[in-house]
Amino acid sequence: MKQHTERYLLPVKTISVLAVIISMIVFMSFGFKNEPAISNTKNEIINKDSVESVKAFMDVYKVLMSPRCMNCHPSGDVPLQGDDSHLHNMFPQRGKDGKGIYAMKCSNCHQPTNLEGLNKPPGNPNWHLPPANMKMVFEGKTPGQLAKQLINPKTNGNKTLQQLIEHADDGLVKAGWDMGEGRTVPPLSHEEFKKAWITWIKSGAYAPKQ
Amino acid sequence: MITLNINKKNYNVDVDPETPLLWVLRDTINLVGTKYGCGIAQCGACVVHLNGEAVRSCVTKVSRAVGQKVVTIEGLSEKNDHPLQKAWIELDVPQCGYCQAGQIMSAAVLLRENKNPTEKDIDSAMAGNLCRCGTYLRIRKAIQLAAEIQRKGK
Repeated sequence: MKQHTERYLLPVKTISVLAVIISMIVFMSFGFKNEPAISNTKNEIINKDSVESVKAFMDVYKVLMSPRCMNCHPSGDVPLQGDDSHLHNMFPQRGKDGKGIYAMKCSNCHQPTNLEGLNKPPGNPNWHLPPANMKMVFEGKTPGQLAKQLINPKTNGNKTLQQLIEHADDGLVKAGWDMGEGRTVPPLSHEEFKKAWITWIKSGAYAPKQ
Repeated sequence: MITLNINKKNYNVDVDPETPLLWVLRDTINLVGTKYGCGIAQCGACVVHLNGEAVRSCVTKVSRAVGQKVVTIEGLSEKNDHPLQKAWIELDVPQCGYCQAGQIMSAAVLLRENKNPTEKDIDSAMAGNLCRCGTYLRIRKAIQLAAEIQRKGK
């Protein structure tokens, strides 16, 4: 009986050990691949191309790190201001919803439209920072860090891939190219930025290594 | 013709809708408590309430106020007995007085939203209101006193 039991157990043990080894090999193989920040889902990615994707992202990065974008994506809770990205005069603060607090809510000074003349607050009907629970910081991020943050719904404002693509035409995003007198526009035109943004996403949204 | 609701009263004014609210208040309606300090929303002297929020009337076009409720320093209370006004008088806060309407209007929003403001809350709320006479210490104390008055329902 004992011999019969041992003979029966041996193949089970062998199969179990082989299963563990094969699982480990499969698991480790994922670690060596240069995966994009997102996986290919349905027809959203047309053509995975890590070289083209990273090249496009470097253009995106140039724009997002320019003052017109980065100033409202600060690392702290005070927005930045000006072409030199100094802390916003009078230190208005983000607040819970990103719309400021007390007597310095964003729309207290920032009107629905730009105003004529230098040094007046630029305008947009939806002026705000990202909320406190999802700060979407650009300031201080490397290209790799920023790419991963942008593509992750947990850090990008819960955006799906399609919403990310559409975000290039968001009102406040486009306002970065029209912020009134005395404010330098981003280094690429909106059209060039949008093309780079969509190229980056549709070729796999790869994150640069650094 | 534009109809504005200011301090619970309606005014019909014949002004360009692009005119800053500040000038309509001062020049057209003759409510001169709100002051011009810089014209670029940097000093806070022009703060009024638009639906309860502390907007800077020097950059706010009058068209934005149409159909909304505007409150100026003159309308902050019916009998000049808002806790802040009481505290301001008790502690003799103003020197020249020019910035004080704006200071009080900004502080009013703070005390409406925060019944027990800390020093940091006062910093955060009031950093946008400048005082060339340097009455900041008295302003701070007056806000604390007003909060106490408000809490005690005096």
